Amino acid sequence: MKIARSLLATAVCTALAAPALADLNVGVVVSATGPAASLGIPEKNTIALMPTSIGGEKVNYIVLDDASDTTTAVKNTRKLLTEDKVDVIVGSTITPNSLAMIDIVAEAETPMISMAASARIVDTANPKVKWVFKTPQNDIQMSTAIVEHMTNAGVKTVAFIGFADAYGEGWYQEFSKIAEARKLKIVANERYNRADTSVTGQVLKVLAAKPDAVLIAGAGTPAALPQKALKEKGFKGAYYQTHGVANKDFLRVCGKDCEGTFLPAGPVLVAAQLPADNPIKKVALDYVGKYEAAHGKGSTSTFGAHAWDAGILLQNAVPLALKKGKPGSKEFKLALRDALEGLKNVTVSHGIVNMSAQDHLGFDQRARVMVQVVNGDWKLIQ
Amino acid sequence: MDLQIALLLAQDGIVNGAIYALLALALVLVFAVTRVIFIPQGEFVAYGALTLASFQIGQTPGTLWLLMVLGVAVAALDAPALWRQGCRAGPKIYGLIGRQIAYPLVIAALVLGAQPKEWPMLLQVLLALAVVVPLGPQLYRVAYQPIAEAPVLILLIVSVALHLALVGLGLLFFGAEGSRTPAFSDASLEVGGLTISGQSLWVVGASLVLIVALYVFFERSLYGKALRATAINRAGARLMGISTTLAGKLSFLLAAAIGALSGILIAPLTTIYYDTGFLVGLKGFVGAIVGGLASYPVAAAGALLVGLLEAFSSFHASAFKEVIVFTLIIPVLVWRSLTTRHVEEEE
Repeated sequence: MKIARSLLATAVCTALAAPALADLNVGVVVSATGPAASLGIPEKNTIALMPTSIGGEKVNYIVLDDASDTTTAVKNTRKLLTEDKVDVIVGSTITPNSLAMIDIVAEAETPMISMAASARIVDTANPKVKWVFKTPQNDIQMSTAIVEHMTNAGVKTVAFIGFADAYGEGWYQEFSKIAEARKLKIVANERYNRADTSVTGQVLKVLAAKPDAVLIAGAGTPAALPQKALKEKGFKGAYYQTHGVANKDFLRVCGKDCEGTFLPAGPVLVAAQLPADNPIKKVALDYVGKYEAAHGKGSTSTFGAHAWDAGILLQNAVPLALKKGKPGSKEFKLALRDALEGLKNVTVSHGIVNMSAQDHLGFDQRARVMVQVVNGDWKLIQ
Repeated sequence: MDLQIALLLAQDGIVNGAIYALLALALVLVFAVTRVIFIPQGEFVAYGALTLASFQIGQTPGTLWLLMVLGVAVAALDAPALWRQGCRAGPKIYGLIGRQIAYPLVIAALVLGAQPKEWPMLLQVLLALAVVVPLGPQLYRVAYQPIAEAPVLILLIVSVALHLALVGLGLLFFGAEGSRTPAFSDASLEVGGLTISGQSLWVVGASLVLIVALYVFFERSLYGKALRATAINRAGARLMGISTTLAGKLSFLLAAAIGALSGILIAPLTTIYYDTGFLVGLKGFVGAIVGGLASYPVAAAGALLVGLLEAFSSFHASAFKEVIVFTLIIPVLVWRSLTTRHVEEEE
């Protein structure tokens, strides 16, 4: 009896484990709770929309929440690698978490596709970055677009108000570098916190500096606070925001105070307004259609699209890697990495990707557009 | 920095300070009566504001479901004791069912049946308070009452757990993005070249009214005196026939009401997120610490100081604002430990 039972148990275990070995396992780390939840939730929703088979192989997505916390992100990554034996990691949502995960995936020789913005994640000066790719545009591409738009509009002086965290600091560094090169003078540099209830002090300082324009570097609805305060205190210059605000909730909270604001964004934000000959339009609309069918009209954000793009990269790279090895093997993971690095002319919802050994992002100018808030909606300009 | 800017900053600091003062008072009240350091105080700020915002965009706030679930939980916890009392407990059972089962159902019927979106602002505010405020005593019954005699440290640990649970629920109920509500009045006042918005007058005015009301409550009413007696000496109060359980529930009711009202007051001035409350509550806590978690007037003054310090440091060194505000706690603690003789608590 005992033997029969243990035999049965073994049989059941083998039956359960066997298909899992042949399947392609994708480990996903997102920040679905904590301060980055507004970015992580659409990403998590997007994973649920991804195809369940690539190149004839069944795909299992194992999604873990890192609560916007670096330690949890590292722990989740280790768990995915050792317990779930994933072939590739997608994540995390934010830069600090993604940076911390690099060491672990490099050690496990598993490719990783980050959904965070900083250029440092794919800085090839670090040899471990060999295993790391990412889908969001670098901040520098976005700040170049802003500076270009400012200088074209005749702006001479600009004030900066940003988050008192890595996002605001990163933006200030990129923006100030380019602004200096283009003879744009930064007359004020202020910081505020996401959860602040008042930015009067910062706004008064900005007003005292009398800038032609102001750039607010915040993400999501918290970026509305300085703009509303500036409007209330009567600032008449041009307002610029970053692509971090590109979701519907920002427009809802900011209301008429955000009318006329400029921001750079990925083309997916204004997918329907892109010219018909733009190849990105079809891919972006496909994503928007799928997401809105599941979550309601106007629910898409550019952040979810970064996850979708990671999926597109996998759909292009996995079939190539399957020729060299079985999922779960060391050879497959290496082949997948090589295939990702070799991707050329892949159209994703945010742009067109041309990877190389030096560039694990692969975007060019087509990955960003300038957008203005007109009548409470995004409008493509240029 | 000229006088104009200093005045604007002072105005901003006083408005924020008024909210911190209210929260500081609630924290002192809860600590004095129940020895609970009520970290979830801030969550009531967020819940109050976001529940109101949900009504205004025509959504059903998740706090409504929390009210019903906690109602059932409280009824289930209280019923066995009443059952044992037999037929004498009849009216009490009706009271329990009325408060914990029927009341949430009536509120739910109002929210789902009538269209609160179309209501005037005042009724929306009252409805939001009707949903959020009973959560205070309910949470006390479920989380704190069973361990009311436990050491302060254990109560603090429960507070931390409750705070994390409520923040998580807040994310589930209201989503990650923030909300704002329209101002109570669009009027603004010109005083010597300084524009004062109607909303900031509302905040300061409502805070003053609440503080006076609390004073009258504690000095003149029987329940207020019972709370004070419990705060001074739990055992003594119980010997005089004051129910410490009732005192605990009452203090949580007041704390929840103050928190929710603070949230509703500041929602038109700033964007409120599911986790905004924690930081706001923490600044109220700094104020309460200045008063040694015991003195109401000193706590209110400390909170006002926090508000002013925050406003001026956001002008001079915005990147270090929080650092400056929270560093205030160190000299205060040093000064307090030097000037007051420390008395070991009973545990």
